[in-house]
Amino acid sequence: MNNDQTQPLEYSTEQNNLNILGFWIFIGAEIMLFATLFASYFLLENRTGGGPAGEEIFTISPVMLETFILLTSSFTIGLGVHAMRLGRQKAMQVFFTVTLLLGLAFIGLEIYEFTHYVHEGAALQTSGFTSILLTTLGTHGAHVTFGLFWGLFILIQIKKRGLTPETTNKSFIFSLYWHFLDVVWIFIFSFVYLKGMM
Amino acid sequence: MEFFERFAIPHPSPAIYASMVAIGLTVIAIIVGLTYFKKWGYLWREWITTVDHKRIGIMYLISALLMLFRGGVDAIMMRAQLAVPENTLLDSQHYNEIFSTHGVVMIIFMAMPFIIALMNYIVPLQIGARDVAFPRLNALSFWLFFMGAMLFNISFVIGGSPDAGWTSYFPLAGNEFSKSVGTNYYMIAIQIAGLGTLMTGINFIATILKMRAPGMTLMKMPMFTWSALITNIIIVFAFPVLTVALAMGTMDRLFATHFFTTGNGGMDMLWANLFWVWGHPEVYILILPAFGVYSEVIPTFARRNLYGYRSMVWSMVIICLLSFLVWVHHFFTMGQGALVNSIFSITTMAIAVPTGIKIFNWLFTLWKGKIRITTPMLYSLLFIPIFTIGGVTGVMLAMSAADYQYHNTMFLVAHFHLVIIPGVVFAMLAGLTYWWPKMFGFMLNERIGKWAAWLIGIGTCVAFFPMFISGLDGQARRMFTYSEATGFGIWNMIAFFGAIMLAVGFVLIVYNIYYSTRYASRDIPADPWDARSLEWATHSPVPEYNFAITPDVNSRDAFWNHKKNNQKLFKGDYQEIHMPNNSGVPFIMSALFFVFGFAMVFSVWILAIISAIGIFACMGHRSLEKDHGHHLSVDHIKETEEKLGGANS
Repeated sequence: MNNDQTQPLEYSTEQNNLNILGFWIFIGAEIMLFATLFASYFLLENRTGGGPAGEEIFTISPVMLETFILLTSSFTIGLGVHAMRLGRQKAMQVFFTVTLLLGLAFIGLEIYEFTHYVHEGAALQTSGFTSILLTTLGTHGAHVTFGLFWGLFILIQIKKRGLTPETTNKSFIFSLYWHFLDVVWIFIFSFVYLKGMM
Repeated sequence: MEFFERFAIPHPSPAIYASMVAIGLTVIAIIVGLTYFKKWGYLWREWITTVDHKRIGIMYLISALLMLFRGGVDAIMMRAQLAVPENTLLDSQHYNEIFSTHGVVMIIFMAMPFIIALMNYIVPLQIGARDVAFPRLNALSFWLFFMGAMLFNISFVIGGSPDAGWTSYFPLAGNEFSKSVGTNYYMIAIQIAGLGTLMTGINFIATILKMRAPGMTLMKMPMFTWSALITNIIIVFAFPVLTVALAMGTMDRLFATHFFTTGNGGMDMLWANLFWVWGHPEVYILILPAFGVYSEVIPTFARRNLYGYRSMVWSMVIICLLSFLVWVHHFFTMGQGALVNSIFSITTMAIAVPTGIKIFNWLFTLWKGKIRITTPMLYSLLFIPIFTIGGVTGVMLAMSAADYQYHNTMFLVAHFHLVIIPGVVFAMLAGLTYWWPKMFGFMLNERIGKWAAWLIGIGTCVAFFPMFISGLDGQARRMFTYSEATGFGIWNMIAFFGAIMLAVGFVLIVYNIYYSTRYASRDIPADPWDARSLEWATHSPVPEYNFAITPDVNSRDAFWNHKKNNQKLFKGDYQEIHMPNNSGVPFIMSALFFVFGFAMVFSVWILAIISAIGIFACMGHRSLEKDHGHHLSVDHIKETEEKLGGANS
């Protein structure tokens, strides 16, 4: 492995560069995935059948809280990557841990939100609208949940192996993933919740 | 007992029971054979755990040929059923199942792996790379595809085949009208194979963008590599749409959601749109690599460089963009209104322009060339006229007003077979014959190969031209029979003869493989066709590290200039080569996907949950594992190079 000293660790080997490029391409595919979900959502948005419409079930406070928590977690993981670049392993571990805890809080709130919807008579099987609503939110939530486990595994490796070209590469890619989920959430917040409540 | 009843076939027939016995006997024969010849270890070490792009390519190839046989048998049964009016060979249910599986198997489990087989084997060699960017992901891609294909294929002996067409339109594919688990198989098996294809897409884009030999700029890449790059870009942007559509379809069928239902706000046209937003780019995923193969074969055997290299590249880029803007032409008759239909009519016809540019470029490459008619060249020359007929009838179908006459008739069936067969199948057979010596170190017999090519070429015309006529006369597709008074009988009888010619052609290809394996000379040069691109600069068959020294490229036809103008291709000395380690995890993970898929098809939730946990455990294992690969020593490389007949100086 020829290490390039002028680059940050996560970019220092050829394979690392490949991994990062590959992950960006994967994010391209993810954008298509969520774009398809959004397009379907816009088509089915008003097809509520016998079930409730968006404005009847959406409540602003948990959604605002979720948004605040997720955006903060994106900030903390950014700090984590910054600490990683400075070589401060302890600080990085702390920021990554905070990020994961915020992610966990987000998932907790989302589960609460889902039970609330079901309680209001908006289950997955109720109508075209509820099916696509819960699927779009659920796909994002499943991504966050997957991220929690992924991040945990990376933290374990950082703790055991320190900041190496491999662990920093994995952490950096994970941060890309986490930021991407944040971007998706902003779209959900704007085009699902705000649009639905207007 | 009630638990097991769900696995029974809903419409059994003696043919299916016979297939069950045949499948059982084949499995037993394979197990006994492997055990008797003590080949289990070899199979595991050399093939199942391999991450070598060449071996993965060969496994894709074998799978594609097996699926070609399966899809071909379906085709022959359909043509036999329709050969005479009021035939009772198959009943309507079996006919429905057969045309559904024929479409899925041929497109997703034959054409796709065939293309990916050639890409896997050839692209890294053409760009002078050691392997793909993510060798282990590549293995996972293959095994996911393979398990998806196997899951789809067991449907006809366990639980029943899908019977809603390869397009699986809702509400027909919903629970109300498709009661058997067949459509569950469709949704889940294609999903699993599709995940593999998406990973292939990511892998090859990264490989082609980042791993080219020094000096090979994008505009110096061989045309097949260019076609692979564009194809994989389409894969990455089209397959997620299918992923979502299939997931929604699965949820509609298993969890009673309302995406595509006709009640409670569901929208059945959403499926048709999503399916074709993936489905039409898929057509170009199939055809562009085929164009790439022709762009390699024609210059080689016309002994001229490819005419209009830049316009070839740009036409592919334009086709790639347009491919996402034409999907509505698959359902002009389903009520979009005149404006929408007109827009999609025009975008569809526009695709004929870049395609036409390519056809003319091949013709100009042939112009004044010193043409050698070999088997790959014969396929290419048969391709041009037949494909043009298929393509021009496509422009007829693109006119939305006229389409009301052609829609859902045999005219359409004739059209798409006459583009897909000369486009994809001829290209794959040409590519197979062309690159065979590179893969296996001996050549396929030219005499048998040409017989097969002529039979397949003429067979295609005989099988599908009559359908233009019967289609215009009003013969609908997907109808299991027709009355004598319609007068369709004669055309279908001719088509049946064409299908038999095609079948004989394919049998000859199999015979050719057998014959050449036994009798062909192993003493061939590394570059038997006197070809132009880098894959011919290394030994045949290719050593595991591809090139002992990374080639230095400074022109489009680097290898040609190396041969004819004495430009040095390999500079410097042998160095240690880093190689990835083999791994059994991709196979195990894919096998778990198979179990998961099977459990989902039959709604056996406990098994589904257990296998899902297993899948995530594999991912966790991969995350924690330390895998730095291994190095091949300079001595080892020297030894191998000497054994293979000197360095590639």
